[in-house]
Amino acid sequence: MEQQKWTTVVKANKKLIDMDLKGLKNCKDLIFLFVRRTFVSKYKQTVLGPAWAVIQPFFTTVVYSVFFGNIAGLGASGVPNFIFYLSGTIVWTLFANCLTETSHTFTANSAILGKVYFPRLVMPVSTTISQFISFSIQFAFMLCFMVYYLITDAGLKPNILIAMFPLVLIQLAVLGMGFGMMISALTTKYRDLAMVVSFGVSLWSYCSPVAYDMFSREQLMNGIIYKIYMLNPVTPAINLFRYGFLGTGEVDWLFYGISWITTAVVAIIGALMFSKSEKTFMDTV
Amino acid sequence: MEELAIRVEHVSKEYRLGAIGGATLKGEIQSKLAKMFHKEDPNLKIGEKAYGKNERFLALNDLSFDIKKGETVGIIGRNGAGKSTILKLICRVTAPTEGNIYLNGRITSMLEVGTGFHPELTGRENVYLNGAILGMSKAEIEKKFDEIVEFSEVGQFIDTPVKRYSSGMKVKLAFAVASHLDSDIMIMDEVLAVGDIAFQNKCIDRMKKVAEEEGRTILYVSHNMATVKNLCSRCVVLSHGQVAFEGPTAEAIAIYMQDKNLDDKTFFDVSGAKRQRKNSNRHLLKNLHMYQSPSSVFEYGEIFPFRIEWESENSDERLLMKMIINGIDLTPVGVIFGGELKHCKGRNTAEFKFDTSYLVPGKYTVDIILYDEDKSGNMMYHDRATSMRFTVEHGEKSLKLKHWFKDWGNAVLPCIEQINGDDNNV
Repeated sequence: MEQQKWTTVVKANKKLIDMDLKGLKNCKDLIFLFVRRTFVSKYKQTVLGPAWAVIQPFFTTVVYSVFFGNIAGLGASGVPNFIFYLSGTIVWTLFANCLTETSHTFTANSAILGKVYFPRLVMPVSTTISQFISFSIQFAFMLCFMVYYLITDAGLKPNILIAMFPLVLIQLAVLGMGFGMMISALTTKYRDLAMVVSFGVSLWSYCSPVAYDMFSREQLMNGIIYKIYMLNPVTPAINLFRYGFLGTGEVDWLFYGISWITTAVVAIIGALMFSKSEKTFMDTV
Repeated sequence: MEELAIRVEHVSKEYRLGAIGGATLKGEIQSKLAKMFHKEDPNLKIGEKAYGKNERFLALNDLSFDIKKGETVGIIGRNGAGKSTILKLICRVTAPTEGNIYLNGRITSMLEVGTGFHPELTGRENVYLNGAILGMSKAEIEKKFDEIVEFSEVGQFIDTPVKRYSSGMKVKLAFAVASHLDSDIMIMDEVLAVGDIAFQNKCIDRMKKVAEEEGRTILYVSHNMATVKNLCSRCVVLSHGQVAFEGPTAEAIAIYMQDKNLDDKTFFDVSGAKRQRKNSNRHLLKNLHMYQSPSSVFEYGEIFPFRIEWESENSDERLLMKMIINGIDLTPVGVIFGGELKHCKGRNTAEFKFDTSYLVPGKYTVDIILYDEDKSGNMMYHDRATSMRFTVEHGEKSLKLKHWFKDWGNAVLPCIEQINGDDNNV
């Protein structure tokens, strides 16, 4: 008797680790189309279109420069406040958007996810990738100002570490996605976390060197406080980015290594929690 | 041994009843702590037992069946029998609580067509997106694109955002995408509910073609027995999460209908119903009983007796009865007057005969009203009961109504008599 062949087995949800990574590879087209969908639908029926990607960080930077930089005197030493804040803002925005958008994965897409199966990891991955589209617009915007400041010789000292910037961006995206997946896994049951995300992220930005220059704040540079502050995985990444492009601040390689470890741990735990809850989230969402 | 496409093996799916989505972290921790210290759970309602059996609901209960490759199988059953749940499990949208499902081949699900259509994107973009969601690669969609657009009949609007489409157009496009996928197993849940008759027939033809010529397996869930009969060679009848019958479509449909009919009550207790203040409530209906009928499904032309029971506070008031017949969507069909009821103080009953030949086959609900009217026709309602239901089905006498159209209405008025022509012509 010929043995019956099966291509898929649907089992009760009991295993701890059960990720459909193989399926994810076959979904390149789907990921691409989701990225496109997110981008196209975001700017359809807007007059300014993708210009919005620049307008938000621009005004944030202006506000930071005026209030934190000039009035409160928290600005950078040696480089113009504007480019200092702009670089921090766009990198932070990339991270924050990856986190918040991923954290909505299950609730925002429950209509699709409730009716068809495709590897669920496609959703966070494509959400994260689509954040890079608006980031690249913002990045180009920042480069324009870089060129301007270099010509006017405003004290910018780009150096070889500039080559590390793709690594920084990937790290922040993966970190944001990892946290986002954890939150999305938990929000299928506890909606409380959805409330925490928006203000949590903005609080987090104040614990990171976005709106101020940590190296000109003596309170932050001493002993234990410095160590705790640097454990925030976003901080060393932003520092490296700024150091490469602007030559301001310094890079603490020990803490940069630690931040990568944190990132890896967060991403793995996030993915595990995500795939654990993806199987039954439809019953609770 | 014939090759199987799907094997469902001892599958159960359990749902927790009550508020699941509304749970908060705090509440959960409180409950867990309370359980740990053997204290009363602060989040339980009074009288509720912690995690009692009643909190859980088995949507599927140890379900097993096989589906062979190339078969077209209908899954039928009443609402809540577990049809959609089993489809969801087969599509891997959610996981079973117990048991395994084995699948052989790629699956396309059309649990609800238009899934994944993004309103802002154009028809063209959505075809690609939807195809990809359903598991096709871009190259595959490109190859089939023209065929899809032609089938969908929306070629003219393919570059218009989907949000400007009518709902029919959306369904057409979505069905076109889903039915042109290269999948081995197709799963459809009530997809044909929308769309005009011509398109429905086109869809059924398409599915038949897909099943017969391309050897795909189709699982079809519907309440529309006509399409099930047309499409499926075999049916699985589900009842309360278990297989009630598995076999040829005609038999399965008969069993399903029977199952449905048994539920149609002939006794309606209205003594506990909420009463309206504007009525006098001095004479209260207690129950309605179709006391000679095994079910409340009648063949057209059948005359069935029923009894109403009511309680009167006095015997001197005049009491009249009338019935308002409504369609299942509560559109009124007409009124019937039952005349004066003799009564004494206390319990009373009255029996009536109802002639179904005045009603087009379909489902009806009946309002029974006890009232009185004065000489100028002003009415005073004593009580009104609304819960009686019955069904009129086609039978030998309903031939003239076989091809009934909606714009005929639901009432069949008495035949008109022809005035004898001979007398007039003299």
